[in-house]
Amino acid sequence: MARVVVDVMLKPEILDPQGQAIAGACSRLGFDGIAQVRQGKRFEIEVEGEVDEARLADVRRLAETLLANTVIEDFEVRVES
Amino acid sequence: MTARVGVVTFPGSLDDKDAARAVALAGAEPVSLWHDDADLKGVDAVVLPGGFSYGDYLRCGAIARFAPLMSELVPAARSGALPVLGICNGFQILCESHLLPGALTRNSSLRFVNRPQLLRVESSATAWTGDYTEGQEILVVLKSGEGSYVADEETLDRIEAEGRVVVRYAGSDPNGSRRGIAGVTNEHGNVVGLMPHPEHAVEALTGPSTDGLGFFTSVLAHMAKAPAGV
Repeated sequence: MARVVVDVMLKPEILDPQGQAIAGACSRLGFDGIAQVRQGKRFEIEVEGEVDEARLADVRRLAETLLANTVIEDFEVRVES
Repeated sequence: MTARVGVVTFPGSLDDKDAARAVALAGAEPVSLWHDDADLKGVDAVVLPGGFSYGDYLRCGAIARFAPLMSELVPAARSGALPVLGICNGFQILCESHLLPGALTRNSSLRFVNRPQLLRVESSATAWTGDYTEGQEILVVLKSGEGSYVADEETLDRIEAEGRVVVRYAGSDPNGSRRGIAGVTNEHGNVVGLMPHPEHAVEALTGPSTDGLGFFTSVLAHMAKAPAGV
């Protein structure tokens, strides 16, 4: 079994009110020097067998079809060793 | 012959009964459609109602988009033949299906908004708004937590130029939607999506007005002129 990780983030130009609320909480809790927080999603996908290029291509297709809405989100796919 | 308007129920839909009632009050026959049905039962138009389809897991509307029923609905809607109205969660499903531009994200206030809402009708040139006049203000219901309409500037400029903004929030901004957009249409004008709920404003007893009925009477007038034949 191997693990492929897909990180999904709102595109930089899309307002992230959840991230802003977290940033506000940071300063209230005394964590100084935090300029900005953006919140995203992380998907951990266990795949059977080896992760080859074809399998990675499948996961990328899954990411753009379902895991991310590419109208508002970017995604990154990587193999976790 | 009475027009038949389908109302789709997904697991987690809430407003399917209200939508069916609005269809009946407008003078059409509501037809219940189930998300797992393979076909549209020959209906003349479809309403995707509000609620939290599939729990809104992942993103609002993201999983409903792949329901078996959608495989017939999407091509018929995209071709311009089938009038489709998406309300609230239905609007989110239409955006996730790429039948409508943009996306709906968390309200800028992070709070669920539940209130009567004034809208300005920007386009009466759609299958669902022909009975309104452009510039008319209507009072319906807004109840959503992820109703902030977003799209990139180029898309916003394009849909504005093409007259595809259907309704805009009038008065104070409820959710941070770009350019105050509450509802949009596709290039053919047969697919309309909006966050506020016209189906909750069709009877004096339960709604803030009866202004919402116009969406449902409009589609009947539209179909009388140009039968969908789907």
